[in-house]
Amino acid sequence: MIFGYPLLSVVIWLPIVFGGLVLATGNDRNAPLARLIALLGALLGLLVALPLYTGFDRMTSAMQFVELKPWISQFNIHYYLGVDGISLLLVLLNCFFTLIVVIAGWQVIEKRVAQYMASFLIMSGLINGVFISLDAMLFYVFWEAMLIPMFIIIGVWGGPNRVYAALKFFLYTLLGSLLMLAALLYLYFKSGSFSILDYYQLPLPMNAQILIFIAFFMAFAVKVPMFPVHTWLPDAHVEAPTGGSVILAAIMLKVGAYGFIRFAMPIAPDASHELAGVMIALSLIAVVYIGLVALTQSDMKKLVAYSSISHMGFVTLGLFLFNAYGMEGALLQMISHGFVAGALFLCIGVLYDRVHSRQIVDYGGVANTMPVFAAFFMLFAMANSGLPGTSGFVGEFLVILGAVKVNFWYAFAAATTMVFGAAYTLWMYKRVIFGPVANDHVRHLHDIGGREKLVMLSLAVAVLLVGLYPLPLSEILHASVNDLLVHLARSKI
Amino acid sequence: MSYIATLFPAYAEVFLLCMIGVILIADQFVAGQNRTFTYLLTQLTLLGCSLITVGTHVDGIAHLFNGMFVDDLMSDVLKLLTYLAVSMMLVYSRSYLIVRGLFTGEFLGLTLLSMLGMMVMISASNFVVLYIGLEIQALSLYAMVALQRDSAVASESAMKYFVLGAMASGFLLYGMSMIYGGTGSLDVRTISAVIQHGQANTMLLVFGLAFLVAGLAFKLGVAPFHMWVPDVYHGAPTAMTLLIGSAPKLAAFAFVMRILVESLQPLMVHWSGMLMVLAVLSMAIGNITAIAQTNIKRMFAYSTIAHMGFMLVGVLSGTLDGYSSAMFYAIAYVLMTLGGFGMIMLLSREGFEADKIDDFKGLNQRSPWLAFMMLILMFSMAGVPPTIGFYAKFAVFSAAVQTGHITLVVLALLFSLIGAFYYLRIVKLMYFDAPESHEKLTLQPDTALLVSINGLAVLLLGILPNSLMIVCAASVQQSLLLH
Repeated sequence: MIFGYPLLSVVIWLPIVFGGLVLATGNDRNAPLARLIALLGALLGLLVALPLYTGFDRMTSAMQFVELKPWISQFNIHYYLGVDGISLLLVLLNCFFTLIVVIAGWQVIEKRVAQYMASFLIMSGLINGVFISLDAMLFYVFWEAMLIPMFIIIGVWGGPNRVYAALKFFLYTLLGSLLMLAALLYLYFKSGSFSILDYYQLPLPMNAQILIFIAFFMAFAVKVPMFPVHTWLPDAHVEAPTGGSVILAAIMLKVGAYGFIRFAMPIAPDASHELAGVMIALSLIAVVYIGLVALTQSDMKKLVAYSSISHMGFVTLGLFLFNAYGMEGALLQMISHGFVAGALFLCIGVLYDRVHSRQIVDYGGVANTMPVFAAFFMLFAMANSGLPGTSGFVGEFLVILGAVKVNFWYAFAAATTMVFGAAYTLWMYKRVIFGPVANDHVRHLHDIGGREKLVMLSLAVAVLLVGLYPLPLSEILHASVNDLLVHLARSKI
Repeated sequence: MSYIATLFPAYAEVFLLCMIGVILIADQFVAGQNRTFTYLLTQLTLLGCSLITVGTHVDGIAHLFNGMFVDDLMSDVLKLLTYLAVSMMLVYSRSYLIVRGLFTGEFLGLTLLSMLGMMVMISASNFVVLYIGLEIQALSLYAMVALQRDSAVASESAMKYFVLGAMASGFLLYGMSMIYGGTGSLDVRTISAVIQHGQANTMLLVFGLAFLVAGLAFKLGVAPFHMWVPDVYHGAPTAMTLLIGSAPKLAAFAFVMRILVESLQPLMVHWSGMLMVLAVLSMAIGNITAIAQTNIKRMFAYSTIAHMGFMLVGVLSGTLDGYSSAMFYAIAYVLMTLGGFGMIMLLSREGFEADKIDDFKGLNQRSPWLAFMMLILMFSMAGVPPTIGFYAKFAVFSAAVQTGHITLVVLALLFSLIGAFYYLRIVKLMYFDAPESHEKLTLQPDTALLVSINGLAVLLLGILPNSLMIVCAASVQQSLLLH
């Protein structure tokens, strides 16, 4: 504890406490107060997380800012927190997006404002908990608990088919989580501990590793989501309110990939190598096939949702190449996809708030009435197609580089996304933004206001910064990535 | 030492019995529907019982009446929780019963009497005493279900409850007589010793055991002996349902512990297999049938069947960890059930029972706070952290994994996933749907406060479950190891 106070605990609990305060403001008569407290909470949440970055020691792969207290002695469970380079960046990303979502929902959400804002703040704290926990049960508690606010967000503020989507989202994730719980119990009886770091040292026979890997796969692949278990995502995205989609795309999906990095790969390294072929195949199917599916979508949100699955395929591909390029590329892709997908959902939200349609055919010629918006949208669309200079390029390029080193055809298949990604994103962009003004709705559009400009601008800066100068991110990652590769190279049989 | 002083481990029971008499007599002189005096006297009795139980606590185990009655940490803990559950049940049901004209002296007397039965069950160390405790409890409950004389449904369910309960008692007695025939004793410790020395005919014992388990299964309400549960839960006035569904499960847990574990532990291979069948069937039937229910009391009935199945998973593990996890499960279950039924009674008004699932529609718009409490309770029943229900399931599963019941745990996980669906449906109705009536909710302040405390306790014990777990482990350890 360098700061004299438990920094990580504050990062987790501060947003949750503020969430409680927001809830206490009661009904919609106090909506302005609720918004203000929520903004304050999100802002403070980001500010208290910043010292993590400045105080982080880039040289070591050891866990930092560690807090360790007994929690449930019956099962040797501890309140055990700590960050390494990987979790640090994800925590910052999460705090940043909480702030964005609070600002983005400022006027748009009119009913049950306090509950909306509180759900996001509480979820933000819980997701921080997921990234920071070093005790498997603590992780599991945060992991499951974050489903509850998301379930409410989709179900209460979502679109027409929201109930179906919310239930599907919850049950899909719960199924995976329960299998993970079984794996954690097994590991507990093998090692007598719930500490994740102890698991890294635990020798395990091959068949046990395979079963454990499959259990973790079920939990994390649903969240990523990987190819055969991805079907909840388009439903959830389409029905979720804008803020929900943003958090879902920017943060929730990363939680799945983070699970692979923190649990499945280092705990079962031999099984990871054994099953890497399957994982790579599933990732490539996601990249290519889902990319093609995205091309045919007529609903903008669905299109970006499928594009998310395709881009997350890059992340899992990079992870299972087992080299530094792939791994670091995957991590940068996670950060970048957070910014880009989040931004795209916000852009769609801006249009939806005005026209109340997500269908591409209902638009056309938006550039004529919303030029500033069109410019921002252009930047994010380019980033989504992986244009050099934007954040989308860095990660994808590194992953493809890593793939070439393993197998040329992996790289070839992955590189097709550069074509498909550009095709579906830019084609959508063209149909929505360019051309003559399509109808009266578009004619009466007004351009984005100051609040929306602020949100867009901060995201645009982030996208360009990561694209042009990724060093501040990658230097944080280096030590942790190398450590992970060392764990992966060491057989545990 | 005088004779009276030697009775100190049973002071609470003696005190309670005296107070039941006092309350019944005093009630004759209390005018009006509210019975504030006798109601408060009842609550004071419960408080007195808790003080006596705490005050007469000894480190170690005290036996009484030639070893027929036992006072150990487990009995003290379970009794204290029983008082708490009954006391909460009285707060929840008071206004509900007053508007229905059922808040009578008999109600208070029978409640306390059934609690006396539970206390005897919890402390019994002899098969006959166990049986007497069970019957005191059950007969009082039969009468309470029938208290609403002008309701055909209530009378029907009382009749069902009585007939099936009597049959279960018959099973139990038959099983007990077999065990007596095999071992020559009714004393829990003697039976255990005789079997351990191999002086009994195992065939005969297992024959008796099968009847005992069947009788227990009836009383616990686990499948395939569960048929009475939904009808009785549904038909009885909600206050009685709450009583049937909560505290007796603690006593039933003690019953299982005393019979199966303390006396018939050497036959574990046999009963653990029987319990496994019961557990799997209960989890399957309970969770799957609950999905089809439109009445929330019936839904809770099936959910109870499932929960008892989960609890049995802990018992059948046959280890100290298993028993303490089952105890933790029973306690968690009682806490959640109290909250759930308390909520139903809170939302009920004169001439209106909030017992349809649809009555919860749009609760979030009518009262966000109550909806939030119900949300916590539902997620707890579904076993989602950070609530106590999660740790209950976690502890039970961990005990089963430890003893190698992997298939059972996978099945249990699967059924808890199915179970999550119908709890989520309640959350869905409260949060996602529009309310059917916009009539303003008139809430009893004391009930609303208690529901809130109850819901928050479920959450708080979910965040900090350690102390309760330690208490359960210590109780079970003391009862079994120092035996």
